[in-house]
Amino acid sequence: MLAYLVRRILYALPILIGVNLLTFALFFVVNKPDDMARMHLGVKHVTPAAIERWKQEHGYDKPLFYNPASETGNAFTDTIFFTKSVRLFIFDFGNADDGRNITYDITQRMWPSLAIAIPTLLVGLLVYITFAMTLAFFRATYIDYAGVILAVVLMSISGLFYIIGGQYLVSKLLHLVPISGYATGLTAIKFLILPVLIGVIGSIGSNSRWYRTIFLEEINKDYVRTARAKGLSERVVLFKHVLKNALIPILTGIVVILPMLFMGNLILESFFGVPGLGSYTIDAIRQQDFAIVRAMVFLGSVLYIIGLILTDISYTIVDPRIRLGGS
Amino acid sequence: MKAFGPYIKLILALILIVFSAVGIAQHTDVQLKVLWTDALVYLLVIALLLFAIQAKSKEHLRGPWRHIARRRIAMSAMVVLMFYVAVGLLDSVHFRKALERQAGQTQVHYSGEVLSLLDVVATALRERQETTYSAPFATHAYTKEMLEVDGRQVRDFPRLNYGGAHLNNPEEDKLSDIVANSSIALLEALLTSAFFFYILSVVLARNRKTSVREQAIQILRFRTELPWMIMFLTFMVLLLCVFLIINLSTKYHVFGTDKVGQDVLYLALKSIRTGLVIGTLTTLIMLPFAVMLGIMAGYFRGWVDDVIQYIYTTLNSIPGVLLIAAAVLSLQVYMENHPEMFETLIDRTDMRLLFLCIILGITSWTGLCRLLRGETLKVSQVDYVEAATAFGVRHFNIMTRHILPNVMHIVLIAVVIDFSGLVLAEAVLSYIGIGVDPAMISWGNMINSARLEMARDPIVWWSLAAAFVFMFVLVLAANLFSDAVRDAFDPRVSRSQ
Repeated sequence: MLAYLVRRILYALPILIGVNLLTFALFFVVNKPDDMARMHLGVKHVTPAAIERWKQEHGYDKPLFYNPASETGNAFTDTIFFTKSVRLFIFDFGNADDGRNITYDITQRMWPSLAIAIPTLLVGLLVYITFAMTLAFFRATYIDYAGVILAVVLMSISGLFYIIGGQYLVSKLLHLVPISGYATGLTAIKFLILPVLIGVIGSIGSNSRWYRTIFLEEINKDYVRTARAKGLSERVVLFKHVLKNALIPILTGIVVILPMLFMGNLILESFFGVPGLGSYTIDAIRQQDFAIVRAMVFLGSVLYIIGLILTDISYTIVDPRIRLGGS
Repeated sequence: MKAFGPYIKLILALILIVFSAVGIAQHTDVQLKVLWTDALVYLLVIALLLFAIQAKSKEHLRGPWRHIARRRIAMSAMVVLMFYVAVGLLDSVHFRKALERQAGQTQVHYSGEVLSLLDVVATALRERQETTYSAPFATHAYTKEMLEVDGRQVRDFPRLNYGGAHLNNPEEDKLSDIVANSSIALLEALLTSAFFFYILSVVLARNRKTSVREQAIQILRFRTELPWMIMFLTFMVLLLCVFLIINLSTKYHVFGTDKVGQDVLYLALKSIRTGLVIGTLTTLIMLPFAVMLGIMAGYFRGWVDDVIQYIYTTLNSIPGVLLIAAAVLSLQVYMENHPEMFETLIDRTDMRLLFLCIILGITSWTGLCRLLRGETLKVSQVDYVEAATAFGVRHFNIMTRHILPNVMHIVLIAVVIDFSGLVLAEAVLSYIGIGVDPAMISWGNMINSARLEMARDPIVWWSLAAAFVFMFVLVLAANLFSDAVRDAFDPRVSRSQ
């Protein structure tokens, strides 16, 4: 197990290097730091001196890869590539354009993101599984048929509609919860209810439909037929046998997104004014703060790879036949 | 020679279309302008026609399509999709009108304004611009202005320039006027659909060699092999919508007007092309890479497989939105610093749309590539592939002749499933500010600009409603159709269900 983990982590390194090179190419090679400075300072009426000053303030006044004129004598480390890209590997994200430390901001902002993401995940799982189980119980009847159609209709509605509609209905017409904002402690609940609810409703269609397929696949297996042949009632078969076994693909499918929960939901957070990582990213994109975008890209890929490794581990836990790393 | 018959017909038809287009252009003093996305749309249409001809002559391809054609919901959805496609295609033929020739001028100068055929059809919608917001069917503007009534200055809602301008007494006459116009539309729709029904019966009767009357009864009783009646009913509903719009939108603003007074219906119609282009061109652009790399990884294995797997794992590990954001931000900087490359506004928005498709393609090819790799691993173990290898058939030929046809169903399913997701993604991306150019008309931009007006009282809801409804109908139709395609082509789903 340990050997496998070490190998997986070593295998993740080239991927992270690849991500890093790609973002580096996008941000520094396609567009020179001069272009970036001009973009921030306004394209017209900009003096070369202003560009130089902007670059110096943000640490872009070095050569890309090789700096023979370095004062400290480090021709390779005193470059943009090293200071902006390589240092991401030790999670040193540097400063944003407004001078704030990105690493500090990330550690502060991940909690509101989790406060939305974790309840959404748990409530969502409960709702989707219940809905899908109901459809599977009434399979091949009109209830199932209508349920699937409903799921397709829900899937076809834009996620923005749920948010805008929900905000209007619940906050503006019924005045049940505030439209947007955030607070710490228990008072946060009234700010969190609506985003969580909308997050759950927003993906009810696709998830329930997917879970229904998993249930139906399971229902057609031999052991279910055996259970029925033993004379067990349909209810017992479904809840005791099918549900337990169908949970394996459902839960292992979720493991991969677990680390990504830190990243937060971009749209929800930004609409509801929650100071999480999602709205942090959106604000960075809108203000064209490349340092934050680069940091989030790197963080996102690290979390994704952790998710993949966790998925593999979870497979061995639920299914002892799978052995990792050995042949 | 016989095998090429359909292709020759197609090529002749295309030549005819091109010549007539050029002919029309010469006689009406317009200059065709082919945008980049236009060219790709034409390419896509030609590819689809070729694919249809191909599928017609091969039983194993015709079977699943016939299966789809028998499904009621799928065919109803297809009629709706065709409607959208028709609007999108009309909006994909661009031209510039010639300016009036000055005395002594020999050369023809063309207007800087690029129009599409849809713009011409919807001239009434496009040109009847108000000054600001107005609600659907409103006769008065949304905001108060200083007006002069009987010589006094009064602050009141002014009458709209066009919406309900023909009414003398709007408060009393409006409802009866709308009802009257709607009834005319209903009558027109009924007459037109009766005409189409007759044509349908005649055509079907000729194919079946029965009488027209008998065929009509068969259709009305849902007894035909293909669900003609369902398709016809869908068509009727759409026709009714079209006639309602034709009758009402020339007198009112059916969906209201937006901030600068543009008719929202016009914006929603123009958005159709943007949505369709993103949904289709993205897949068209990524398809060659996904198919080539996926099959190569599965066929060659070894280091080729390792490299390709490395590439898609790397791309996959970057959260999609962030990769798109990174690429679009770089593009923005590039465009800002190279304004000389984009002559007109429409060139710039078109280029940005194309780039967005490419970037979306780069982020979305990995899933298909992985599926194809897995399937190729399986298919290349099959006897006939091993036999081909033993005969010394070249790798390229084995991949294109033996493996590709056997994994085509996966490609097809992926294409139709991706479509609706991409249409929805456009709205979200435009909201974040990394979607299409803000100057381009799209549902995402409509929603984004209307969102800020939610706080106003009375609420400005019509822009949002129009964008959501148009998007919903398209995505729902696409989802229902793609379900049928998946059922028909996925070998794991048994056909009997």
